[in-house]
Amino acid sequence: MKHLLSINDLSESEAIAILDTATELARVSDAPMKKLPTLRGRTIVNLFAEDSTRTRISFEAAAKRLSADVINFSAKGSSVSKGESLKDTAQTLQAMGADAVIIRHNACGAAHRLATSQWMSGTVINAGDGTHEHPSQALLDAFTLRKHLMHGSKNLAGIHVAIVGDILHSRVARSNVLLLSKLGAKVTLVAPPTLLPVGVASWPATVSYDLDEVMPHIDAIMMLRVQSERMDELYFPNAREYSRYFGLNTDRVKRMKKESIIMHPGPMNRGLEITADVADSARSVIVEQVSNGVSVRMSILYTLLTGEGIQAGALA
Amino acid sequence: MSVALPSADIARALTRIAHEILERNGGSENLVLLGIPTRGAHLAVRIASIIEGIESKPISVGTLDITLHRDDLRLRPPRAIMPTKIPPTGIENKDVVLIDDVFFSGRTIRAALDALGEIGRPRTVQLAVLVDRGHRELPIRADFVGKNLPTSLEQSVRVHLSEIDGIDEVVIDKAGEA
Repeated sequence: MKHLLSINDLSESEAIAILDTATELARVSDAPMKKLPTLRGRTIVNLFAEDSTRTRISFEAAAKRLSADVINFSAKGSSVSKGESLKDTAQTLQAMGADAVIIRHNACGAAHRLATSQWMSGTVINAGDGTHEHPSQALLDAFTLRKHLMHGSKNLAGIHVAIVGDILHSRVARSNVLLLSKLGAKVTLVAPPTLLPVGVASWPATVSYDLDEVMPHIDAIMMLRVQSERMDELYFPNAREYSRYFGLNTDRVKRMKKESIIMHPGPMNRGLEITADVADSARSVIVEQVSNGVSVRMSILYTLLTGEGIQAGALA
Repeated sequence: MSVALPSADIARALTRIAHEILERNGGSENLVLLGIPTRGAHLAVRIASIIEGIESKPISVGTLDITLHRDDLRLRPPRAIMPTKIPPTGIENKDVVLIDDVFFSGRTIRAALDALGEIGRPRTVQLAVLVDRGHRELPIRADFVGKNLPTSLEQSVRVHLSEIDGIDEVVIDKAGEA
């Protein structure tokens, strides 16, 4: 495995191996000495053509804990804002000797283009391409679910997860549906019909329009951000109606199973898809998702960036 | 395939190593045994129980995974990372005995020394191995050796332990043999 572009690139056993490695790497994050020499001398570029807080700093922290050199590159303040193409940017990074590029882009398939074109030879990691996929987020969500709900079991067999809200614009939802179902979890998508993508019937998930009906059956609920910046038309009458039908509040949480957990990939619209008291409640693992993100991304970098000398025929 | 060390020889070698460790360190007071996963970890547990049988008191034993410190990560497929379990006593000012199954290039032990350095500063670090097959690439030697097995580079030496493989034996494969 050289690139991580989509959850479809991973088999079940590869996904589990990434989660297992992340479990061991999580101890590094707890240790007083948070640095390992594993990727010393490698250059990793964070190419972020779209805004991000968590994903970018999480990949940066992960790369630095493995001793890689990190170059941060955001569209604002670079030649991309002067109209430089992805191809020219990629060739520049290649010329600088980037071993891996972590790309966030508003165009679906940007990571795939970068990986399959001959523009650069390094590893490509998709950190979110438009409304398509966000595999590292799905892996960290699976890691969080496994840690809280599976009690030692390797996969996610038998648990029921609801993904609620703006499915249409959500790369997080798409990657999660693919990964969680691959690992044996049952996934229910809950959203107004206007916020479900065309073809959702073919996804390995069931669809419901009634959040209250779903609440008592689930082990985890994953709230999605309403992505106003991608909404070019009216998808629901108003914010108040949306939160009444699809927002998570204390009353709804009371109807959940006792051991169930509340997740959100961030950034949150407090008061819209989730109320502030629920987001800060004891059941919420939202902050823990962020710290798990560093361990999982260390595991992804470790998995993709070790062993690539084999292709070069350097094995004695 | 030929069996270089049958089960009884392995048991005798481990017993002797346990006695030598105690003799060198004047008892088990300050000792910490750290096995290198996978098979080194099992050997550490066995040696610990022999030492406990001799001294009639518990000894600190743990595991030390060195994967992330290897210098050949680029050249080999990604390896699974195994658990590192440092005993609650820590390793600070302790006499640490690293335990591995096969001693070959010495690179694993170099990585182990790096990994140890991030955890603390032991008083001494010693090395116990079940089999020393030679061909060192680094200036590192073992303090306690179960058996010296002169081999050629074409051969491969495999240690089987009952905890994992169902049988205790050390076998030598000729080149090309499965």
